[in-house]
Amino acid sequence: MILQCESLTQTYLSGGRPLTVLNDITFALPEGAFLAIIGPSGSGKTTLLGLLAGLDRPASGRVVLDGRDLGTLDEDARAQLRAERVGFVFQSFQLIPTLTARENVQVPLELRGEPSTERAESLLTRVGLGDRMDHYPAQLSGGEQQRVALARAFSIRPRILFADEPTGNLDAKTGQTIIELMRELNRESGTTLVLVTHDPDLAGLAGRTIRLADGHVREDTGA
Amino acid sequence: MIRPRFVLRMALRESRGARRRLAFLTGAITIGVAALVAINAFTDNLRVSVNRQARELLGADMAFRSREPLPERASLLADSLIATPGTDPSGARATVVSFSGMAYVPRTAGVRLVQVQAVDSGYPWYGTYQTVPAGAWHDLQSGGRILVDPSLLSILDAVPGDTLSLGESRFLIAGTVIDAPGSFGVQGAFGPPVWIAGRDLASTGLLQFGARAEYETYLKLPSGAADAEVIAEEYRPVLRPERVRIRTVEDDREDLSDTLTRMGNYLGLVALIALLLGGLGVASAVHVFIRQRLDTIAILRCLGASAGDVFAVYLLQALVMGALGSILGAAIGVGIQQALPGMLGDLLPVDVEVAISPRAVGLGIGLGLWVAAIFALLPLAGVRRVSPLVTLRRDVETRKSHRDPFAIGAVLLLGLTVVALAIIQAGEWLAGLGFAGGIAVVILVLAAAAKVLTWAVRRILRPRWPYLLRQGLANLYRPANQTVTIVLALGFGAFLLSTLFLIQHNLLSEINVEMGDSRPNIAFYDIQPDQREGVEGLLRDAGVRSTPIVPIVPMRIRAIAGRDTAARVEEADSALALRDSWAIRREYRSTYRDTLVATERIVAGTWWDDAPAAPSGTARVSVDEGVAAELGVSLGDHIVWDVQGIEVRTVIASLREIDWGRLEPNFFVVFEPGALERAPQMMATLARIDDPADRGTVQRRLAESFPNVTSLDLSLLQNAIQNIIDRVALAIRFMAGFSLLTGAIVLIGAVSTNRFQRIREAVLLKTLGATRRQVLRIILTEYAALGLLATSISVILASVAGWALATFVFDTPFRVPLPQLVAVTSGLVALTLGVGLWSSATILKRTPLEVLRSE
Repeated sequence: MILQCESLTQTYLSGGRPLTVLNDITFALPEGAFLAIIGPSGSGKTTLLGLLAGLDRPASGRVVLDGRDLGTLDEDARAQLRAERVGFVFQSFQLIPTLTARENVQVPLELRGEPSTERAESLLTRVGLGDRMDHYPAQLSGGEQQRVALARAFSIRPRILFADEPTGNLDAKTGQTIIELMRELNRESGTTLVLVTHDPDLAGLAGRTIRLADGHVREDTGA
Repeated sequence: MIRPRFVLRMALRESRGARRRLAFLTGAITIGVAALVAINAFTDNLRVSVNRQARELLGADMAFRSREPLPERASLLADSLIATPGTDPSGARATVVSFSGMAYVPRTAGVRLVQVQAVDSGYPWYGTYQTVPAGAWHDLQSGGRILVDPSLLSILDAVPGDTLSLGESRFLIAGTVIDAPGSFGVQGAFGPPVWIAGRDLASTGLLQFGARAEYETYLKLPSGAADAEVIAEEYRPVLRPERVRIRTVEDDREDLSDTLTRMGNYLGLVALIALLLGGLGVASAVHVFIRQRLDTIAILRCLGASAGDVFAVYLLQALVMGALGSILGAAIGVGIQQALPGMLGDLLPVDVEVAISPRAVGLGIGLGLWVAAIFALLPLAGVRRVSPLVTLRRDVETRKSHRDPFAIGAVLLLGLTVVALAIIQAGEWLAGLGFAGGIAVVILVLAAAAKVLTWAVRRILRPRWPYLLRQGLANLYRPANQTVTIVLALGFGAFLLSTLFLIQHNLLSEINVEMGDSRPNIAFYDIQPDQREGVEGLLRDAGVRSTPIVPIVPMRIRAIAGRDTAARVEEADSALALRDSWAIRREYRSTYRDTLVATERIVAGTWWDDAPAAPSGTARVSVDEGVAAELGVSLGDHIVWDVQGIEVRTVIASLREIDWGRLEPNFFVVFEPGALERAPQMMATLARIDDPADRGTVQRRLAESFPNVTSLDLSLLQNAIQNIIDRVALAIRFMAGFSLLTGAIVLIGAVSTNRFQRIREAVLLKTLGATRRQVLRIILTEYAALGLLATSISVILASVAGWALATFVFDTPFRVPLPQLVAVTSGLVALTLGVGLWSSATILKRTPLEVLRSE
């Protein structure tokens, strides 16, 4: 199993009182799978994604990512794990505005101390941005920015890719292209995909779907 | 774990979009470093110049200084030192007698008090007196000639070749001395110097009874003689009882070096404030910079960068900018350093040789970098706490941690840095600590005031107030406000300048008050008893109202409370109580009268009428309380005086407090009438003559009829003092100007930090229908409130500091010049408004659509 979570619960303080946003989530995901997490706004999708990727610590429960129990790792060790094995794609692209497309793709590679230029260029060419590598994010359209983000996510050949509403800020056609690209890359590199979305069509592409509501798993299909 | 290569690349790329903001950080440091480098390099130059020129300053290897012609024992010693058996006969001695006298040029009828130096031939052996025409110094010794300070020629309207009468003798003005070793410009303001040959001294008749003079016997030691310093150490104890002081080149070097270094250090402290304010600018710039970078930081954390990596990326950027700012500042400082001798030269006894000081440049760059790093640490501490979760949800806040050990460490380091810098720059522990403490108090008060303001505004704002006023004032406490930073930046500069202004104002007005409308403005002294009637008649004929003539009797202490003075002096020596020994050893110029004058009051005992009668053969005296304390005597104690060789026994009948600030004839010791009338004495009187021309006429007539009588035009003295205070104040204000400049930069930075937020708000307001005029008024309200608060708090603080300085350091009464302070306050408020408006110009120009599109 590449990803396991057990009794995952998350609470936040809201107006001084604890608010449970995730309640007792348990599932496991084999390597190379494509999981879509769906649910309405406020159902806890993004919170779950954050916990699975080690961006946050749960109130209780356990996440094991590629054999490492995240609860035993401090923040820097979790960062190290992400640098080595995890890719991200965000709804709002999250490119660093002061870096060119190429440099954005290079960041994860440089964090690993690997030679980066050629790999970045080949990935950007692969996502169709071979002629826009020296452009800054502000000079790129939304679809182009998300393609840069995809190239960045795949640059380190991640064992698992987390995507948070990757098409949420894109028009339908561009969103379609991005999804196709993501699946291609997924197939090529055997990466496990975890996708958060509220788009049923998009979720339909996944091999497995977990539906969340009010912090509970309401449905887990294809497991 | 930190990845150096990643950090380096990332820092370089990341700074791209922010170089303008970071350049601001550079500017904040630049000015402080420039000020520090300039003043420290100048101080180094001074020290080097003093070291190089010390021998020329003395002009000899050593000097014996006394108030009377050199006593025989000392003179014999001098002879033996310059002709040590077994050494070659290259030793020599020469005496220079300095005293004041009235220079009078009959052709132009110009008259002026001058400082006469009667110089024996041979002096100086080191260094030269530069004269116009050249060679005039040497010709002086042929007699009948006088060399004058160039300023005297214009004062007397005279030219070389004119006849100048000095006392009872007439001299040919042979030229001017344009550069005399050891002299400095403002010195001459009290009486321009003139030089005559020592052999012409007697003919002037100026050293009559009671005249003050200084006798300096200069020695050129023969080659092969012992070191001057060794000789001085050996003979100082021998000559002390003779009231002869020994000066050596080394003494001069040390004294001057110490004094000038201290002056440089204090000016440097003012420069340090500019640097620390720059640090505040750095902190504020980094804080804002980091806030704009939260997303990037979160992305980097998400992609796997460690907290250390991200922290290092931003620290490196701050360091590089700090280094650039420091280097630029050092370069500007070196430029300013060239200008300082011109500004301070008149106050300095050496010719300053300007040279780049590697020490000052290195220290400046090092301090600039250090301050940039330390002040950046605190805002950077937050970088480590940015959660990668921000990439998923914007509303995740940076974890607040009041107990972050890193942040606490940064604060401690910051405090230690300020204390250490202050101590290093002041050169003394106590001054440094006091300075750092003062800074802390001012910062705390300003910060507290800012907090109180935001709190108070939040409380007092009423819904019925006009909307624009409410909106403007609310900006003071809204999230991401810069109230504290702006109040600190503006307030500190304002505090410095106001304090300086208050001190200068009070020192000057003290002199002006003393000179008041009806007070005497001219003094006549050195009047011999047989000239008394003549002088009184001359003044009366000229229609001058003068005070009754005051007799002055020079005397020394022979014994106190029955003990012998010589024994007391030894005691004092052994205890190294030099002040005590000065009070015992000095020459007292006492008077006798039957009434108290306006500038004194009895603080112990009673005046003659009510005081107990003295034993027969003993006279009663009234002593200044300060002198009594130094002498260790009080009411009823006995003092035996040596009045020109005659023993006069006295008992202390009262102690007086004297207002020495007034330019009036005050005396440490006043005798009861009947005790001193027959002692050798001279007289003095004061008068008020309003018209400067009339003052000149009276002085001229006196110079013609009574050439030995000295007249001191107190208004000239006042001008001279004012001139010195102005020069010193100019230098300090120049240094303080750097602080104001840095303050303005920090202000601009602080104001522009929340520009983005402001632009959004303004656009929103405009979209909702606000006119540019209304937006402008909101901005004006906010900055007017900020400026008013910062400057009024600073002015109040400055008044407290000014009062403390006036009372404890300068010992003058303190008045607050309200109209001027109001003007200062208005000026600074205007500055704040100007900066606020300037930085808001773009806000007003942007159209709603433009901004909404860029969102």
